[in-house]
Amino acid sequence: MSSERADNHIIGYGTLTAVWVALLVLTALTVWVSRHTPGIGHVWGSLAIAAAKGGLVIAFFMHMRYEGRLLRWLLFLALVTLVIFIGLTFFDVLYR
Amino acid sequence: MEPTDLTPPPAGSFWNDTGRSGITSWIFSTDHKRIGLLYFYSVFGFFLVGVLLGLLIRIELMAPGRTIMGPQAYNALFTVHGVVMVFLFIIPGFQGSFGNLVMPIQIGARDVAFPRLNLFSWWLYMAGAVIILTSLFTGGGPPDTGWTFYVPFSERTGTNVSLAVFGVFIVGFSSIITGVNFVTTIHRLRAEGMTWGRLPLFVWSLYATAWVQILATPILGITLVLIMAERILGTGLFDPSRGGDPLMYQHLFWIYSHPAVYIMILPAMGVISDIIPVFARKPIFGYRMIVFSSLAIAAAGSLVWGHHMFTSGMSDIAILVFSFLTFIVAIPSAIKVFNWVSTLYRGSISLEAPMLFALSFILLFSIGGLTGLILGAAATDIHVHDTHFVVGHFHYVIFGGSGFAFFGAMHYWLPKFYGRRYAEKPAVIAWALMFVGFNILYFSMMVLGLKGMPRRYYDYLPEFAPLNLTSTIGSWILAAGLVLLLVNLFRGLRHGERVGSNPWGGATLEWSIPTPPPTENFAEEPVVTHGPYDFRGAGIP
Amino acid sequence: MSHTPPKDHAGAKLGMWLFLFTELLLFGGLFLLYGAYFARYPREFAAAGREMHLGFGTVNTIILITSSLMAAMAVTAIQRSGRRLAVYLLGGTVLCGAIFLFNKYLEWSAEFSRGIYPGSPLLATVPPGESVFYSLYYVTVGLHGLHVLIGGALLTVVAVRVGRGTIHVGDFAWLENGALYWHLVDLVWIFIFPLYYLVL
Repeated sequence: MSSERADNHIIGYGTLTAVWVALLVLTALTVWVSRHTPGIGHVWGSLAIAAAKGGLVIAFFMHMRYEGRLLRWLLFLALVTLVIFIGLTFFDVLYR
Repeated sequence: MEPTDLTPPPAGSFWNDTGRSGITSWIFSTDHKRIGLLYFYSVFGFFLVGVLLGLLIRIELMAPGRTIMGPQAYNALFTVHGVVMVFLFIIPGFQGSFGNLVMPIQIGARDVAFPRLNLFSWWLYMAGAVIILTSLFTGGGPPDTGWTFYVPFSERTGTNVSLAVFGVFIVGFSSIITGVNFVTTIHRLRAEGMTWGRLPLFVWSLYATAWVQILATPILGITLVLIMAERILGTGLFDPSRGGDPLMYQHLFWIYSHPAVYIMILPAMGVISDIIPVFARKPIFGYRMIVFSSLAIAAAGSLVWGHHMFTSGMSDIAILVFSFLTFIVAIPSAIKVFNWVSTLYRGSISLEAPMLFALSFILLFSIGGLTGLILGAAATDIHVHDTHFVVGHFHYVIFGGSGFAFFGAMHYWLPKFYGRRYAEKPAVIAWALMFVGFNILYFSMMVLGLKGMPRRYYDYLPEFAPLNLTSTIGSWILAAGLVLLLVNLFRGLRHGERVGSNPWGGATLEWSIPTPPPTENFAEEPVVTHGPYDFRGAGIP
Repeated sequence: MSHTPPKDHAGAKLGMWLFLFTELLLFGGLFLLYGAYFARYPREFAAAGREMHLGFGTVNTIILITSSLMAAMAVTAIQRSGRRLAVYLLGGTVLCGAIFLFNKYLEWSAEFSRGIYPGSPLLATVPPGESVFYSLYYVTVGLHGLHVLIGGALLTVVAVRVGRGTIHVGDFAWLENGALYWHLVDLVWIFIFPLYYLVL
């Protein structure tokens, strides 16, 4: 495996704090969006913001940005599986 | 469990090298071989319980009307038969027993990646099993919902569903842990030179299976939590009168339980892929395609759960999509069958017991797989849905497939771990009895189903009587064969002829170490220089 | 047990990630149900969502994000041999978790007192979609709360072991994996928050 002790990457306090600030800003934004966007649009908006926040947490707090290819692919696999489970169910939910 | 024979196994084998003594040296051992045997005896014990329940079901169905029990007892019986066989035998079966016993050796490792977690998974399994068994004798009595726990009945029945479901949840957690452990082990602990292209096909199949365990089992977990929430808290998530949708339960249940079928069959296919080249004295044909098909079955098998719901009122579009996807699974399955047959072609075949089980696997699995296509096509499914045809099909795949592969694996690998072998002739007779009995038992069921006999019915019309009787007689022949197999195998493991390190002439790593294996498997970490079926490279004539 | 193999740090992390995938899919099942029912009852979901306490939800989001920051910083601290700092940061994380649960308790009490809980007589009278919303909310958030509890217990053990020095700069797989688990709890909440509190 390529990740032999390459995982010892240290993320500085500054970077972590910057990510934290970004997360807070996005939280504020998502609340604002839900209040000021009419219709179904805010659902997709909220989900997009949530995905961005999740991405930040995974990339920095969970160190994924500094991991080898293996873990990234596996995470991708898990997420794709979840999307497929939900997606295929909607063939039933939407067309019944 | 220890051989009671005159001469103890050679010093340094995993049988005697231990700090503890007696039973604690087993139930607290973190040695993968000891855990493998623990698992083996646990799952096999539950298999025998399931067999007994199955025989009782067949006796009840021998003649129309009441034969030996009432309808409620019958409902409980087929439910418990299903739960025990599915959740306590065949899902943990291969991974827990033979996966633990041989996988680390096959990849040249000393143990699995997380030995203590491995032991914990067995303990969880046993805890779940005890809870399931407790549910039979407490509360409102044994669950009577069928192993699928379908709502709304499972929410309303007064039987002890909540406890049984909790037990299954725990067993599922154990399965997840095994999956995590195996994927990590195969990624991290392969010996030097054990490249991905040199992994034995059994290991590849375990790898694919472990991924299904990791990605699908949590969905079962949440489904079971929801049943408990429905029953205990009254959440009403599947209750139409409160806005819920019972079909969503079926979706969630089958998102796990269809891939679970591949948890049951994939390792069996791996066993067959390991046995056939050894007994045909030929390298496996199409190694890469078999690897690919294992992964493809695991992937495609996760997309087809909807074919259990064709008659449930699901949308027509979904029926089309799921029916189409179901047919895709047939492709990798067929690839495997063709590769096995091509391996046999012009091989120097020796028909010993493991090979007989492997060959019958090919036939029985093919019948099971092809009848699966009849069920996967929406039009024909509507005709045979919920009939004995489904029961027959399922047993052809899971018993004729996985079950026979399990017996094959027992004959193939257990001598390695006991240092002694069974007698060949009784093993062949046992196989023949089982093969004949099996076909009488389940082929009759498929014919009955085509004629319209529903599954899970306590009583039936008189015109179904002759075939039901035939089926029951088949179950007795099968059981007779099983008894002979057990007596012969376990007698042999205790008192039989001693075997050397490589009785079958296999080229995978487990045959390169002493019999029985030493605790640390390899004196020093092996360097692998040849493929798993490269007999010449392994120096085997 | 003559000799134990050398510790495989990357292996431990891989195993943890695989376990986190199973957690993701566990909650994934609930998100699947949410999606299916939201598609069927968009209006009822919005009506029920308006009854949720946005204040509690937002505060808890901020608390969890902050706790996650501290967990991540604890990993950095141990990598820089800052043992005491790591213990403080972990303590802060666990404290945040406790505050989160306390808020949850206040919020649920408020809702219970208004008659909103699974199987309540009030929910039998509201439109079916709203009852589904609340039931899903309680199951999802309840399960999440359970994970906060487990994560808190885990990090407490880790903090004690850091304090004793059994987790140190040379071997901090436990701390790293504990933090990963905590981040997952945060991650799940990041999705729960808009789905239940912001579907106005």
